[in-house]
This record gives sequence, structure tokens and C-alpha cells, in this order.
Amino acid sequence: MAERATETEFTLDAPAQSAAEEHGPAIQGRSPWYLAWRRLRKNYFAFFFLLLFLLIVVACALAPLYASHVAHTGPNENHILETVRVNGVPTDVVSPGGVINGKLTPSLPIGPTWFGAGGRFVLGADGPNGRDEAVRLLYGGRNSLIVGIGSSIFCVFFSVVLALLAGYFRGTTDFVITRFFDVMFAFPVVLLGIALGTALSISGFQHFGISIQAGSLWIPTIVISYVLIPYVGRPLRGQVLSLREKEFVEAAIAQGASPLRVMFSELLPNIASSVLVFFTLIIANNIVLEAALSFLGAGVQPPNPSWGTLISNGRDFIVTRPWLSLAPGIAIVLTVLSLNIFGDGLRDALDPRAKVKVEL
Amino acid sequence: MMAFFVRRTIGAILVCIAVTFIVFIIFIVVPGGGRLGTAERIAGKNATTQNIINIEHEWGFDRPIYVQYWRMMKRMFNGTLVSYTSQQNVVTQIEEGIPATFSLAIGAGVIWLFFGILVGVFSAIKAGKLSDRVITVLALIGISMPVFWLGIVARYYLAEGGLTSIFPDGEYVPLTDNPLQWFWHLVLPWTVLAVLFIGFYGRVLRGNILDTKHEDYVRTAKSKGLSSRRIMRKHVLRTSLIPIVTLFGLDFAAVLGGGAILTETVFDLHGVGQYAAQSIGNFDLPPIMGVTMYGAFFIVWFSVLVDLFYAYLDPRIRPT
Repeated sequence: MAERATETEFTLDAPAQSAAEEHGPAIQGRSPWYLAWRRLRKNYFAFFFLLLFLLIVVACALAPLYASHVAHTGPNENHILETVRVNGVPTDVVSPGGVINGKLTPSLPIGPTWFGAGGRFVLGADGPNGRDEAVRLLYGGRNSLIVGIGSSIFCVFFSVVLALLAGYFRGTTDFVITRFFDVMFAFPVVLLGIALGTALSISGFQHFGISIQAGSLWIPTIVISYVLIPYVGRPLRGQVLSLREKEFVEAAIAQGASPLRVMFSELLPNIASSVLVFFTLIIANNIVLEAALSFLGAGVQPPNPSWGTLISNGRDFIVTRPWLSLAPGIAIVLTVLSLNIFGDGLRDALDPRAKVKVEL
Repeated sequence: MMAFFVRRTIGAILVCIAVTFIVFIIFIVVPGGGRLGTAERIAGKNATTQNIINIEHEWGFDRPIYVQYWRMMKRMFNGTLVSYTSQQNVVTQIEEGIPATFSLAIGAGVIWLFFGILVGVFSAIKAGKLSDRVITVLALIGISMPVFWLGIVARYYLAEGGLTSIFPDGEYVPLTDNPLQWFWHLVLPWTVLAVLFIGFYGRVLRGNILDTKHEDYVRTAKSKGLSSRRIMRKHVLRTSLIPIVTLFGLDFAAVLGGGAILTETVFDLHGVGQYAAQSIGNFDLPPIMGVTMYGAFFIVWFSVLVDLFYAYLDPRIRPT
């Protein structure tokens, strides 16, 4: 401690101050984060889409409120045999099929009522079960967002740890980690997701004292985060590797900093801006991947709704009730688009020369 | 060149061995569930107790783990992997799907490479102008659309049985049966699959071109008095296209190796990917195992070929 104190006495503060007095006000030091924020603030386009994304998040978070106060039903409640008054006319929620006027008609769920039924079945009812599509859309969005954001957190966390380990220790550690990435790159993302998702959806996951049920949201979350680790880890590793050669790392090691300290307080802050950009863009990517896996039946398991399963259910009624698959699709496009545009703006602000190329 | 070839081949063999481990871990080790639990998973939905016991014995789930690995790989490599739900041989089923998958991949690849480059070059030339912005937003929308949703919507609006009935509704017609119908049936799947890649490639290429434009040799070319068209074609584009070609090699391999599951499923093309997708509903694991592993193998060897081709074209990358 005594050494530190003597060090501070020899700073250049005094001469710098007198120089500033001579030449007018001193130039104010700004952190790179503040500068980035200043650039981002001017990007109204990116901000508009951030707002849109937050709006979608809030709407989905309020799903239970909508369900209990507007639609008066739950996401998994069936209404097959009920009737509902649409603009005063009683209508079957699910019209019974059969031979009508000599023609064989399949049973059909009610179409969008657009608030003609006092908030019930705003987007119509789904498939043969007669569940309220709007309620399922919001609850499905909740699941999609939970899986998308959750998997991004895990994915980015593990990628950062692997990248720091590989970049700091280099040598054998780096060799093992890069080979792991190479092997993962051999599998198409969706195929690997399906393989893991299906294998885990049958009997769940029971290892290391962790027990996950087969229908749990944790399964798609883990699967998606695992599958995408190399796509985030590899570019980050490259960055850490080049930072590792810089003098400040050498200085920290010479001062006796432990590997953990170098990794987390020297290297990590320097890749933080790319991590943030990756995080935003990978949420977008993961929402699409979750939808794809759920669409194929290897993601969120029924009766739990998600945007992917909604599209998959709506597919059978695409000609008669197009909104059943249009609405969740539009929800995905808006969410993903807003994240992509905001992520782009964030990258421009944090890294104006765009040294890091995010390729997802 | 020979040394590069040998090293790359040995590397690929090692990756393939690692792939077999990963497939084993994914399907047998990670889900757990004990001896009978594992056998039950492999057996599929409607298996009888006797079936499960037989499978447990045949796959060696009552034996140590290396025996399980060995038996699974033996099955994988001698082509006797069977789906216990449909009683069909997995390899035969995959072979039947290959023409459809390859037709889809090759056609879509041509489309997305061509239009991706077109979009990238155009928006780079017009950088900052309104047309560039419009294209950038369109490309972003293209990237943001889930491919299966786009497929469903395209079918609804454009295919038979939907609103306009311009295109035939899915299904694959073999090229040898009727080339015209083959083409006509694939137009929609090709376009849908290509849209995502067009947006992505366009964006990457645009960035590359704008970076390359500031290189010294481009300035030199300009000061020599070359026309801007010639500079773009002979100087800027040549360098900017290198990462695009690398990317194309990877993506194309992934689509050939079963990565186009979603497009195949939506358009009912009966390709390799759809074979895996159909098995999900029944929780029928052997087909998914097969497609995953053979697909990964294919991708590994395809990328070796791409690298060799690359090394032949560009001597600089040979030592790596």
C-alpha cells in the first residue's frame, strides 16, 4: 500500500492543470461507453425498433392480464362446444363438421372477431380445440421470448468463458476448444437442435443432480444455447487472442495478476462491446431457431404454446383461417426485425469502424 | 499441395470420429434413463415390452458403455440401422431422399449466390442513398423471416389450393421423370430457401465492398484513370468476394447435408431433412440419428473438397 501512495504523488495532475489554466478549459475525458451512447442516441431509427421490441415484450408479459380481463379464458382452455355472440349473432366457436347441404364440410374454428365479441376470440379460435388464438399468441410470445432470451444468456455466457480460456491459455486449451467448435460446425444448426431436442423431449434430462421434465421450457433453452455456442465463441476467441498480445495484458501479468484477474478485469472489458452486440443479435437468431424447432415438434412441447407451435397448428387451416399462422409469423418477424435493426445500430455506435463482423 | 491434402484428410477423419462421439452422447448418454429407458427411446412410441427388451440386448444397453458405442457405430456403418416404428431401413430411406434434397440445394444455391451478389454490389454502389436504405431494410426483413413461415405463406398465396394457384403445390417430381415439372415444382421452394441467404449475403458483401474501397490499391487503380466499372469488377469485387465464397461453401454444404429441413417439410419434397422431421412426431430416433450423423460426415468431407479447391485457386492459404 505504501508503494501505491508514493506512486500517486508523481502524477502529472499538477502540470496538466496549470497547462489547462493557460489554454482554456481542459478537455473532458469521456468513457468509450458514453461516446457510444452519444452516437446511439442520435440513431432514432434504431431507437424506434428498440421501442417496438420492448412493446412486444411488455405485451407478452401482460398475457395473464389480457387472458383474465379481456378474453376471459386461459391459453389451454378448450371451447369446442361453446357459442359466442359476435356482433350480437350467436356463433359456434368450432362449427361442427359433417354433411351440410349435401356437401361434406370439415369442422372449422371461428375466424377473427376483431373485438366484435367483446374481446373474446379476437384472432379467432385455434384448430379443433377452440382455444383463444389471441391469448395463445401472447402466452406463446412469452414462451418464445423466455426461450430466446434465456438461451442467449447461457449461450453468450459459455461462449465468453470458452473464448477467454482459449485466448488466455492458448496452446493445448485453445486447441481443444477450437476442435470442439470445429466438430460442432460439422452439424447443420437445425439438425443438431432437432437431434438434441427430440432426444431430450422423450424422457427429459436427469444428470448431475439436475432433473428436467420432458415438457419443460428448459429443454429448448439449453438445446438452443448449446447449438449456437461455436457461432459466438469462435469470433470472440479470435478477438481475445489478438488482445492477449497487447502490452496491457503483459503489464498485468508482470504485476502478478492471476489468470482469472487478467481474463475478467483486463480482457473481458475489452470484448464487452462485441459481447453486447452479439447478445442482441443472437436473441433474434434464437427466437427464429426456437420457432423452427417448435414448428417441427422438437422445441416447446404442446400444449404449451409458442410462436413456432402456433404456426405449425395453424398450417392445417391456412386456406380457411389464414390468421392462425399469419399472426404468429408476423409477431416473429416484427420481434426479430426490431432486434436486428437495434443490434445493427448498437454495433455502429459501439464500433464505428466495424472491426467485428457478426455473421449469424 | 500433397502435404496440405494429407493433413486436411487426417483432420477430417479426426473430426468424423468426434462426430460419432457427439452423436452417441446426444442420443444415448445425455437423455439417460437407464438400460430400459434408453431402449424404450430407441424403440419409439408404439413398442411392445418384448421389442424393448430385444433392443436393450441388441444395442448392448445392458453392457458397458464402450460396447454400446461400438454396437451403435457398427449399425451406423454397415447400414443396418432400422427405424423400429416403421420397420424401414434408415440408409435406404435417406438414399431415396437425396435427389430431392440435392435438387433443392443446388437450385437455391445458384439463386441465392447470384442475387446475393447482385444485391450486395448494387447497395454498395448506392451506399447512403435512398435505394441502398430500402434494400438494406428489405434484406433485414428477409433475414428476419422464419423460412418455414415464408414457405407456408408463399404456398397460401401462390400455390395450388391457395389463393392464386400459379405454382404447383409442393411435392417433388424427379428430374428424370419430367424435367419441366421438376423445375416448375421447385421454383417456389428454391425462392423461399434463397430469400434468407440473399439478404444475408447482400449485407456481408456490401460491408466487404465498402471496406475494400478504401484500400490503397483501389486508390492506385483510380489514379491510373480506370473506369469505376472496371475498378469494381477487376479490383474491388475480386477481393470482396473471397469471404462470400467461403461462406457459400459452408452454407451450401449445410443445406446439402440436411440443413433445409424446414423448406423440405413445408413443401413436402420428401428429402433427407423431411425424413428426419417426420420422425420427430413419432419420437422415432434412429432416422434422426442417421440423418444427423451422415449429414455431418457429408459436410466434413464436402468442406475438405472446398478447401482443396480453394488451395488450388489461392496458394496463400495452403500452409494453414
